Amino acid sequence: MSRPKEPAFAEPWHAQIFALTVHLSESGRFTWPGWAERFGATLARHGLARDLDGGDDYFIAWLETLETFMAETGAAPAPETAEVRARWEAAYLATPHGQPVHIDET
Amino acid sequence: MQDCRAGQESFAALRQGHMDARVDRWETSVQSAPMPHDHSGDAHPHSLLPSDPALRVKALETVLVRRGLVDPAALDAIIDTYENKIGPKNGADVVARAWSDPGFRADLLADATATVSALGYYGRQGEHIVAVENTPETHNMVVCTLCSCYPWPLLGIPPAWYKSDAYRARAVREPRKVLADFGVALPPDTAVRVWDSTAEVRYLVIPMRPEGTDGLSREELAALVSRDSMIGTALAGAAA
Repeated sequence: MSRPKEPAFAEPWHAQIFALTVHLSESGRFTWPGWAERFGATLARHGLARDLDGGDDYFIAWLETLETFMAETGAAPAPETAEVRARWEAAYLATPHGQPVHIDET
Repeated sequence: MQDCRAGQESFAALRQGHMDARVDRWETSVQSAPMPHDHSGDAHPHSLLPSDPALRVKALETVLVRRGLVDPAALDAIIDTYENKIGPKNGADVVARAWSDPGFRADLLADATATVSALGYYGRQGEHIVAVENTPETHNMVVCTLCSCYPWPLLGIPPAWYKSDAYRARAVREPRKVLADFGVALPPDTAVRVWDSTAEVRYLVIPMRPEGTDGLSREELAALVSRDSMIGTALAGAAA
């Protein structure tokens, strides 16, 4: 019966997008069945091109679903999210290794 | 045991495939990144650039926090819960109780949601939990063909193979072959019943109690109950 304990999430960002979605649902932004329907549709679309392995590709479909959902509802418009993503990327490239990376939110 | 391990290898291979893909993406993102300064002679090279999806998640979170829709502390609490507090040991506790307490077993089969909630195992999404019991006549197996609905409060986060297209498609089409991949050989006259989870209803398989376990305590029994045995892709008492 001894077996290595698998981590719940293979990547920190998998955990982060999972928690974001659960939190938004718990705070009443959407119901879980409503989420599952959208997510299932994204998985089905992505699965047409190739078999998804349930790892990174699963959470990429998850991320795309939440991005689209939040853009549609106006909670996170796509242009704003893209701009913030670019600022995070620039911040990583400008921050010396080992120091905390942050962007200015005023 | 040997077969079981071989079965898992095939899913492990799947998993390895995705790891390789991720490394490729990582390298692509690093190579295509603009270089704002010359690294030669730089004593402090910049932080490693996260992958594209990781940056997108950070951006989405930043925007949602900005609008007051997300509390970063709540995110940390959710991650801590699923990484450290919830896992198959909850489900194993439920199964061990069902094996050792006929009253609990009856309650569980009649209304699993209420019965496991009383133990503190309840869903965050308001889903119902249904317990399905394996018998010599019927072996139960769980899948989610829509996405990856799963009894989180009892089993934690599903493994990658549960979320793979291969399992989601094959569990319904050829459950006996999938079971064989996992090293589970059932008697020919045992029927296999596949339950398709939904966002509203999640299933927990109560595996058959292994022979020769009469004198065991509830804790000892729980140690025989693997995650896979509660999905129906393993038997209790077998390595999982």
